Amino acid sequence: MPGGNILDVRRRVRSVKNIQQITRAMKFVAASKLRRAQDRIFAARPYAQRMLAVLNSLATRVDPSQHPLLTERETRKAMLVVLTADKGLCGAFNNNIIKRATQYIEEERLNEALTLTLVGRKGVDWFRRRRWPVRHQYVNIMSRVEYRYAQEIAQSLINYYASSDLDAVYLVYNEFKSVIQQRVVVEPLLPIRRLEGESHVVFLDYIYEQPPQVIFDRLLPRHVETQVFRAMLESEAAEHGARMTAMDAATRNAKEMIESLTLHMNRLRQAKITKELIEIVSGADALKGAE
Amino acid sequence: MAEDLPKSIHLTIVTPDRLLFNGEVDAVTVPGLRGYLGILPGHAPLLSELRVGMISLVQEGRENHLFCTWGFVEVLPDRVSVLVEQAELPEEIDPEKAKVEKERAELLLRSKDPKTNYEQALFALEEAVNRIQVASRRTA
Repeated sequence: MPGGNILDVRRRVRSVKNIQQITRAMKFVAASKLRRAQDRIFAARPYAQRMLAVLNSLATRVDPSQHPLLTERETRKAMLVVLTADKGLCGAFNNNIIKRATQYIEEERLNEALTLTLVGRKGVDWFRRRRWPVRHQYVNIMSRVEYRYAQEIAQSLINYYASSDLDAVYLVYNEFKSVIQQRVVVEPLLPIRRLEGESHVVFLDYIYEQPPQVIFDRLLPRHVETQVFRAMLESEAAEHGARMTAMDAATRNAKEMIESLTLHMNRLRQAKITKELIEIVSGADALKGAE
Repeated sequence: MAEDLPKSIHLTIVTPDRLLFNGEVDAVTVPGLRGYLGILPGHAPLLSELRVGMISLVQEGRENHLFCTWGFVEVLPDRVSVLVEQAELPEEIDPEKAKVEKERAELLLRSKDPKTNYEQALFALEEAVNRIQVASRRTA
């Protein structure tokens, strides 16, 4: 327990109360942002699902192995796209991602010709400081995820991949499981490994306004864009969830601290009163004795 | 007629970040790559790319319009899905801003600077013109 001065303890209680107010406010802000982020994940689903369904049905009429984005090559030049937050105060959110990314690089021995694309200031700071080969970095886009950012990122990745500047691209991000649970996932983005989703593939003879191959080729890059977009939305929701949980814990800790400090303060005050009483009584006794 | 055609179409219009329309319509017109495609109930399955333009849908005799950019349309026997990268309702469009953009694009197209990106300017012009058109069709 800290010092014996009542004034000092009272001052500490006040400052912890201030901190508690801030963490509580941050918790509520995170909660409302989380709700919005969750809505956006739901809103983004129909587009991605329809796109996948159409791609699947197209894949049955074209030769998918012909498309460069679908053919696997020996992985020499790999890239990791790491999604972190721009801000801290969200528990182990950023650390988990960075740890998983570096671990994956080591496990898969991607080190040699590895490059990174970083989204979020925390990741940028961490990898830059350690002089990792960062090819692209995007900061301040996670606070307001927009499709055009995903488009920009995906298109630059596709260009590298198409020109054989990269052989494989992986997405590392926090998947939103629930408010208290985030899961770090590493997902292969390029080459496109699988086109699955809706289990039933509709074998339909469409009237094709353009040759199926042409439409297929135009849709594939868009599919990659939606993948990146989804990862960004998931990461955004996970970040708010993590921050909410962290701030909730901080608020609770502050409450406990205030309680124990208040108790300590009351004890001190009590001790002081008792001491003063004893002094008065013994003083009175001494006076009585002198009479 | 040999078989009864359905009276309406179930139409969904989605962009990557939102669902713009989901419901029954009597007819829908979409900007296909080689011209506008009108889709009525009972249309044969069709898949087509879309370009910048205007989507029109008729609902209980009333016509509504939307602005859209690149996308595609999938017509299935029981539903029509329109997936577009961007779509805007008439009330979301700022006609003044679109006019400014139109003028800027026209200026770019007239310029003799060899560095001008004509393709981009042309695209911007097309977007602006269509936005203005959709905005002017705002239902009163």
